[in-house]
Amino acid sequence: MLTISNYVKAKTPEEAYELNQARSSRVMGGMMWMRLGNARVKTVIDLSELGLDQIEESDNVIKIGAMCTLRQLEECEALKEMYGDGIAESVRHIVGVQFRNQATVGGSIYGRFGFSDVLTAFLALDTFVELYDGGTIRLSEFVNRKPDKDILLSLIVRKSKRKFRYESIRQTKTDFPVIACSVVTGMVHGKETWYFCVGARPMKAALLEKQWEIPKDVSEEMLAEYARQAASEFTYGTNMRGSAEYRRHLAEVLIRREMSSILAEGR
Amino acid sequence: MEIQFILNQKQVTAEIGADAVLLNVLRDLGCKSVKCGCETTNCGLCTVWIDGKSRLSCSVLAASIAGHEVTTLEGVAEEAEEFGSFLAGEGAEQCGFCSPGFIMNVLAMFRELDSPGIDEIKEYLAGNLCRCTGYMGQLRAIQKYMQAKKTQKMAQRRGEATA
Ligand SMILES: Cc1cc2nc3c(=O)[nH]c(=O)nc-3n(C[C@H](O)[C@H](O)[C@H](O)COP(=O)(O)OP(=O)(O)OC[C@H]3O[C@@H](n4cnc5c(N)ncnc54)[C@H](O)[C@@H]3O)c2cc1C
Ligand code: FES
Ligand code: FES
Repeated sequence: MLTISNYVKAKTPEEAYELNQARSSRVMGGMMWMRLGNARVKTVIDLSELGLDQIEESDNVIKIGAMCTLRQLEECEALKEMYGDGIAESVRHIVGVQFRNQATVGGSIYGRFGFSDVLTAFLALDTFVELYDGGTIRLSEFVNRKPDKDILLSLIVRKSKRKFRYESIRQTKTDFPVIACSVVTGMVHGKETWYFCVGARPMKAALLEKQWEIPKDVSEEMLAEYARQAASEFTYGTNMRGSAEYRRHLAEVLIRREMSSILAEGR
Repeated sequence: MEIQFILNQKQVTAEIGADAVLLNVLRDLGCKSVKCGCETTNCGLCTVWIDGKSRLSCSVLAASIAGHEVTTLEGVAEEAEEFGSFLAGEGAEQCGFCSPGFIMNVLAMFRELDSPGIDEIKEYLAGNLCRCTGYMGQLRAIQKYMQAKKTQKMAQRRGEATA
């Protein structure tokens, strides 16, 4: 059970940060995850008045405030214009509309959950997290840090011409994913580069980068070989949703489909 | 602590604990349509609107809704009853336990989407579980209701044109 003694709506990020330094304090996002856990929280810190619930687009970046909901991601035109339907696809299977109207981007990223679709999607893009104390660091670095007492202010996606695909497999609609894969490609320092991100393995999402020049008319066999290679470079585990071997197989199939879809559209 | 918010268009005050959950606060304020159907945040039975958006009241910290506007089934009783008669008409209510949350999300869908197709409907309502009737009756009820509303609107327009 979760018990809370005090509730504070922070007026400034500084106040939120200061309050959060106490061991028994917790920042709240949408509370969806936190409320299911066991904890005796002295002070819960609500970030909802800090203006962190906006998605702002500028020439170079799309900045997503930590208090944006998953539903906002799903409906964001700027993300859709840059990366197609992939971002919406990554979140639309999460529980239901009511849930996504409440679960936040900040909570989803801060949690670094093994099953996270959100992490799997953004890790494959050129993404940074903005922390109150820790500055702006790459999401790939943040993912492997231990949870601390910092406050996540926003997620920043650097805009670049990339193709993005997202797919996941679930045993039943609205369940956690058995596997989740995103594939991104684009030119990086003049080289064709492919990024593969596999989450829910069931360990948290990891990223693989390959400088592969793949011709548009690549044969089915060659493509399958690329997908096999990419999928084999991740580790997989077994839990009640599937075995390691099953997950590796699914990852290979999804990666092949996503690569094929990108190649068919043209880069 | 004391919070004030708008419940079904009326200003209300409630004395709550810092960890009170909105669902219980609403029930204590007399909105017994709001029910808890799971302990895992995925049945949708507790659906209410906060500032017009469907949310799961079992997971909302009551303290955080001070100053906001909450709507429960009691606040849209007439519309709910009208749609409810379509549900009953399709035999889509066996125990009826899932109905309050389901109806709230259906009505939210009608406000957000304009004549949604079958796939859009299924996606919007995926977070509302029904454990005894099944979903086909619910879908039929929604489609018939939308059709009836359309006919009503057309008749109204014709009436206005001839008046
Ligand atoms: C039943 C259920 C099913 C789910 N299914 C899926 C799924 O299929 N796929 C998927 O990807 N996800 C799934 N999730 C996870 C969900 O999408 C959210 O990621 C999760 O609930 C956390 O978001 P939240 O806003 O609720 O955060 P909270 O629960 O409020 O917070 C989570 C943690 O992050 C901390 N935190 C929150 N915001 C900040 C911040 N700005 N700065 C610092 N720390 C912060 C909190 O202190 C807490 O420790 C599921 C969750 C539940 C409960
Ligand atoms: S009671 Fe089941 S989702 Fe709220
Ligand atoms: S009618 Fe019984 S759960 Fe839906």
